[in-house]
Amino acid sequence: MTRAKPEDDDWNSSKIHAFTFDDDDDEFTKLKESKRAVSSILVDDDDDDDDDDDDDVEKVSWSGEPVGSISWSVKETASSIRSGGEHGFPKINTAPSLPKQGSGYSLSSLFKAFSEASTRVYAPELRKPKSECKDYFSDWSPEETVKRMRKGKVYSLERFRSLQDKLLLLDEAVSAHDGNVITAVLIYLKKSLSKELMVREIALRHYVHYLKEMEEQKTLLMQYKEHLSIKDENQRRDFLKTCMRLPFSQDDAIHVQDHYTLLERQIIIEATDKKGEAEIFKKFPRKASILNMPIITTLYYSCFYHYGESEGTFSSPANIRSTFRISEKQYILTALGARAKLKSWFDVDSLFNTKNWLGYTKKRSPIGFHRVVDILQKNNAPVQVLKDYVSLIDDAELKLSLAQKYKCHDIVIEMYRDLKDRQQLIVYQGKVERGSHEDRKIDQLLGNMQIRWKN
Amino acid sequence: MAQTDRRDAPGLPDFSLLKRLARDQLIYLLEQLPGKKDLFIDADLMSPLDRIANVTTLKQHEVDKLYKVELKPVVSVSDQLCFLIRPRIQTVKWIADVVKSDKAVGRFRRYKIIFTPQKFYACETVLEEQGVYGDVTSDEWEFYLLPLDDDIISLELPEFFRDNFLEGDQRWVTTAGSALRLLHFLFGPFSKVYGIGRCAKMVYESWREQVEDGEKKAQNPDIGNVFLIDRDVDFVTPLCSQVVYEGLVDDIFRIKCGSVEFGPDVTSTDKSLKVMLNSQDKVFNEIRNEHFSNVFGFLSQKARNLQTAYDKRCGMDIKQMKAFVAEELKGLKQEHRLLSLHIGACESIMKKKTKQDFQELLKTEHSLLEGFEIRECITYIEEHINRQVSMIESLRLLCLLSLTENGLLPKDYRSLKAQYLQSYGIEHLLSFANLRQIGLLVEQQPGETLTVMESKVGKLVNDKTAGKLTDAFSSLAKKSNFRALSKRLMLIPKTGEEYDLRVPRDMAYIFSGAYIPLSCKLIEQVLERDGWTGFEEVTRMLNGHEFAVTGGNSGTETRNKTDPQRIILVMFLGGCTFSEISALRFLGRERGCKFIVLTTAITNSSRLLESLLDNQG
Repeated sequence: MTRAKPEDDDWNSSKIHAFTFDDDDDEFTKLKESKRAVSSILVDDDDDDDDDDDDDVEKVSWSGEPVGSISWSVKETASSIRSGGEHGFPKINTAPSLPKQGSGYSLSSLFKAFSEASTRVYAPELRKPKSECKDYFSDWSPEETVKRMRKGKVYSLERFRSLQDKLLLLDEAVSAHDGNVITAVLIYLKKSLSKELMVREIALRHYVHYLKEMEEQKTLLMQYKEHLSIKDENQRRDFLKTCMRLPFSQDDAIHVQDHYTLLERQIIIEATDKKGEAEIFKKFPRKASILNMPIITTLYYSCFYHYGESEGTFSSPANIRSTFRISEKQYILTALGARAKLKSWFDVDSLFNTKNWLGYTKKRSPIGFHRVVDILQKNNAPVQVLKDYVSLIDDAELKLSLAQKYKCHDIVIEMYRDLKDRQQLIVYQGKVERGSHEDRKIDQLLGNMQIRWKN
Repeated sequence: MAQTDRRDAPGLPDFSLLKRLARDQLIYLLEQLPGKKDLFIDADLMSPLDRIANVTTLKQHEVDKLYKVELKPVVSVSDQLCFLIRPRIQTVKWIADVVKSDKAVGRFRRYKIIFTPQKFYACETVLEEQGVYGDVTSDEWEFYLLPLDDDIISLELPEFFRDNFLEGDQRWVTTAGSALRLLHFLFGPFSKVYGIGRCAKMVYESWREQVEDGEKKAQNPDIGNVFLIDRDVDFVTPLCSQVVYEGLVDDIFRIKCGSVEFGPDVTSTDKSLKVMLNSQDKVFNEIRNEHFSNVFGFLSQKARNLQTAYDKRCGMDIKQMKAFVAEELKGLKQEHRLLSLHIGACESIMKKKTKQDFQELLKTEHSLLEGFEIRECITYIEEHINRQVSMIESLRLLCLLSLTENGLLPKDYRSLKAQYLQSYGIEHLLSFANLRQIGLLVEQQPGETLTVMESKVGKLVNDKTAGKLTDAFSSLAKKSNFRALSKRLMLIPKTGEEYDLRVPRDMAYIFSGAYIPLSCKLIEQVLERDGWTGFEEVTRMLNGHEFAVTGGNSGTETRNKTDPQRIILVMFLGGCTFSEISALRFLGRERGCKFIVLTTAITNSSRLLESLLDNQG
């Protein structure tokens, strides 16, 4: 990986053995950079820290550039010139909308529910006096350090030892909006602080995200999420049981409990149905196991394979319906789909049949009958079945259009008769089969002198 | 059909330079590891890589075998392994495992990671922590920008959206700034930058600092103006069903990196076919921005013309026939092929859309946008959920409901969420938590004004208990204020008027005349008034973070509309849809300017929502 760079000696007299695996030093940039560097050096003499470094050790900056290589030096010097800029754009205020003051979140509170005020200033004697810092970069301010980090230059976080300094550094990183640097500082803080850490909201989110990616820490929902990676259903069920103890909100706690109950039931149902002994399984073999399916899919399955079982059995539709508090509407929709698929029209009818106090049977539905028709039609119900439900549609316009669409001729004819719409009836006659029952019926109506046609 | 540009419209800069630059840098990096090597490529880098180089290029630089990164033990026998990856911790962990298992069996190899577009400190820390830091060298391939078409450049970073807007991780801010810097360097200098959004502001700052530190050059700019916009400024638009051809094709077949795979139902053969969809495809170029209802008519007209052209053959003498075969036939055959492909695609779209009652779905969407018959909409969505119709579609409608209504009533929220979990799986609890956090699907805070909300956030900030933290996060998600914005910006054209989709009168045509996309309307208005003045009410409803800045000495230039001033780079942070691109193309044609779309990725409702799901292990 290392490549000697002879040009180095030309103007950099340091003893550092230069090499680079920097990526932007193609000839063109190099040339330009050197040119700029040479000219900039003349105007720049306040940045001589870099030159009198007497360290023999190779220092490699973050981006992999060795300290002292040409491109490194070039960047060093170049960055100290503040370009006024012919095309200089103004700085805009990018401070987060949250107030700075008092926006300290506690990381530990998130995971350990531990916190303590941390803004107190640490005793100055704990900090090393400045004079002791021989190392040439140890005096970099938080601002300078963050700037160097962002540019991929060599830097050191070692000097940020007091909590206050660490927080200053973090604040600086946050205000630079560079997520990469924020995370870098957080990783350093994580390593050098035992537990307590007060950070800004933005930093906290970076930290949480980092821990998530590292799979080190889990928030409440992430703990629950872990069940998804457990393949064995019994283990998964047991894990879900432990999740029920987690402090979820009231609503979510119910859902998590449902999840456990559902899988528990599915395991029981699966154990029996897998054998496929009942007649229905032979007639309609299962395509997949019921494990880990949603509640409604389980209900559909139960309406398909276990219809009519008593509520006492776990696999019965009634049991599932009550266990998971399924609404009437949802139940009817699901049962309708399942029974229609099996072409059990009798069951379909009885879903909607209600008896009034006089003992008359009437059809009632919590969902619009046009939806019922739609579901029946999608399950290839015959016209005889469809027409019963089309005739129950309230909205006349919808009823007429669906009757036409599904060829429920009788309904169409009767509706035109009631509308006294002779013209439409004549038109419709063209759509029915010649000489058929419907055709004759239309002829009869058209010949009926008693009807006062409106046209 | 295929409206023509104004004659004085400026031409677009040539972005193929970007491809060349990226390719050259990749070659340079590969040469840094001399000798034969096997190359492992991140799955989502393969298509972008395909657009700028081919296998031959790689082979020429001693790449022996190519593998897809699959996070499984490697089978390669090469002495040198090179990994071309996105900077993701998971991938780096896998590489560390590869190195460690080699070490365990005493195998010596050289390893090099090329991170693109940049490396992250956290990734290198993984190498360090795993004790393989020195064994693996790393580099950066600054492949920021992939031109997908003449006027579309993509960063191909779909994770930008989730990382930034959901996780609150600003790792890509600098990347976006660098992408902008590169365009500024090659096609700038820019003279004016407008923007809105928290991320937009940060990207602007990052770009500005990079430009300040870098070199300046005097050149004639190709691009004069820049507009930066955060995706969360407008969530409504990307969640609407797309009905413009290109968007529709993306919704149904998923365009990936400018190319689409048409299945046997489209090709009417037994094979699937991968096709590039861009301005090079003459047929596509004419229909891409059209409302779907026009496309069929156009294609059949085209087909008739083609027939006439073929028919010319009859009655030709040998000489004419020879000329015909030499000059026209190839073009005609090409056109023939493309035509039948797009006709096949249209048929397939029609079939799919009829099956799912598209008309009724669109009606519900339009009602939501208009704020009309909301109860009926809720019933429709509920039935959608109850019948277990597409999981993503249901979620999309729920989010549209929440966005347009400023949140759901608590009882509706609870009931719809419960039904959703019953229908699609309880593990979607996680998805709901995410959607709540990002502000896409929330409960209404009854009677709460903005100031009350702010003081609440202020209070929570001091609260250190764990439970409240999540609340604080979700409260940060802004209110959408869609209804008020829509009124103020007149996003919903008056109902009752006929809208001729063949002759669009405004950008609403991309949504059948029912809605002008908020994002594009903002761009139009801000460019028109050259800033945000007089728009205070609007920006307040959008949560602020707007800016309009002029560069150094370009003050005089901005006044007169020179060509570069009429080339506007619009950067979408968090993705943009093909519908929005169509709308901007329309706007450009109307105003005699050109828009170049720079996006972190092309998105649509499914991609956007899928990136927020957490229902898989």
